[in-house]
Amino acid sequence: MSHQVYSGVPRWIYAVAVLAALVVVLPLIAMVARVNWANFLPLVTSESAVSALGLSLRTSAASTVLCILLGVPLALVLARGRFPLQGLLRSLVLLPLVLPPVVGGIALLYTFGRQGLLGSTLEVLGLQIAFSTTAVVLAQTFVALPFLVVSLEGALRTGGERYEAVAATLGASPGRVFRRVTLPLVLPGLASGAVLSFARSLGEFGATLTFAGSLQGVTRTLPLEIYLQRETDPDAAVALSLVLVAVAVAVVALAYRRPGGRAGRASQRTTAAAAPVRNAA
Amino acid sequence: MNKIHELTALLLAVLMAATLAACTGKGDAAANTSGGVLTVFAAASLKTSFTELAEMFEARHPGTTVTLSFAGSADLATQINQGAPADVFASADTRNMEELQETGLVDGEPQIFATNTLAIAVPPGNPAGIRSFADLAKTGTRLVQCARQVPCGAAAATIEQQTGIDLNPVSEENSVTDVLGKVVSAEADAGLVYVTDLKSAAGRVEGVAFPEAAGAVNSYPAAVLSNTKNSANARAFLELIGSPEGQQVLSDAGFGPGSP
Repeated sequence: MSHQVYSGVPRWIYAVAVLAALVVVLPLIAMVARVNWANFLPLVTSESAVSALGLSLRTSAASTVLCILLGVPLALVLARGRFPLQGLLRSLVLLPLVLPPVVGGIALLYTFGRQGLLGSTLEVLGLQIAFSTTAVVLAQTFVALPFLVVSLEGALRTGGERYEAVAATLGASPGRVFRRVTLPLVLPGLASGAVLSFARSLGEFGATLTFAGSLQGVTRTLPLEIYLQRETDPDAAVALSLVLVAVAVAVVALAYRRPGGRAGRASQRTTAAAAPVRNAA
Repeated sequence: MNKIHELTALLLAVLMAATLAACTGKGDAAANTSGGVLTVFAAASLKTSFTELAEMFEARHPGTTVTLSFAGSADLATQINQGAPADVFASADTRNMEELQETGLVDGEPQIFATNTLAIAVPPGNPAGIRSFADLAKTGTRLVQCARQVPCGAAAATIEQQTGIDLNPVSEENSVTDVLGKVVSAEADAGLVYVTDLKSAAGRVEGVAFPEAAGAVNSYPAAVLSNTKNSANARAFLELIGSPEGQQVLSDAGFGPGSP
């Protein structure tokens, strides 16, 4: 005992931890065991499957870009700003994390639908959102935005304001501080937030089904295709599920590998970034 | 100290095993002692009528509780195939029932107790002016229907084939309730649903009947499942569905008569 490295974890905890891991892993193993390998390739390369995967990747990429464009300012305001009802705003923004997606779909329908809050305005502008790929992107952005905001706000708070304050005292404008100091510092947090948003968008199902509908090539993303195939062709549903799991695993692995690698580069960049600020001052 | 930890671990393991056993055993236990419980798996479109039939059954068989589970027929068939404890299965199409027959899970011959036909649902006021099946194919009409993989979509495909009219839906939903939802919210100009859905959504949608619907009639079969521990009650329930009172409940909901 005395020669063992003290880990601080009682041994019985490991037993429970293994059980916990099994709760997540066992269903995945069970699914993989069900894959019809003989037909796997034809099943996942069918026209409808390829179209669904392509649509999923395109819409998820689009919603990730939207999440970054909208989420970065929001996270900055939440982390650095001081204004009334800030806490309430944060809680509301994080709501989609805990909201059942179908509720999100209903909310979106009453916002962008024909009879919705903005429906008549959009109709006047000649924009039809429901049943379009735009609706899919909107639904995905709605559910994925909190992931980016949470990751980034956390990174901003951990990073602190010391470097920014120093840059400001050296005469850098707020815009310059944001570009040259804040952004490079939180880049790892932003990257993992973006990857998580992408993963969440990829898995979006409930809000899309409720709000966007389901049509091959337009709104039927991979999760919707799986849900539909399950009705008649369980083998196809399982095969496509495995594809989605593989993509998700790759994405999550990317998210958890990056911070280490990026963090190193980011801190180098920060030191490099501090130089021009000094010069400017 | 270590001993105590190991003891705790053991205790925890036993506790968990017991919980797991309780979880898995529950279904069987309920089925075993089910003098009082009859579990009926029924297609989603049967919700209103079967809820009424279950109340009728409980009134006639004091001490028996009918547990109803409503979902898409394919979902229910999958659940039964995976060992869900059900006594009676009522499907919205013959295909799912046949699948269960092939795996030997059906006891006896299924009985067709009702039929259903398609109808067009439009938002109140019929803004797109839909009057016929052919109108659904007009350009600019936002039509929502079921995907071919589900019974209501298969029926629509049959009618398309028979009439030579090609429909161009903006969405192909997984269930008829999803189609109805898009018409109720007026996102769609028209939806292909069942006659029975028009009844259940009366006031929220208007119906347009079309004669071509007769070309694709959906039959609803019901059967006792071979795993039932309660076959007397299960059979009695099927008899109730086929009885004049049972058929009246179904016809009130908009279903066509079954074949006796």
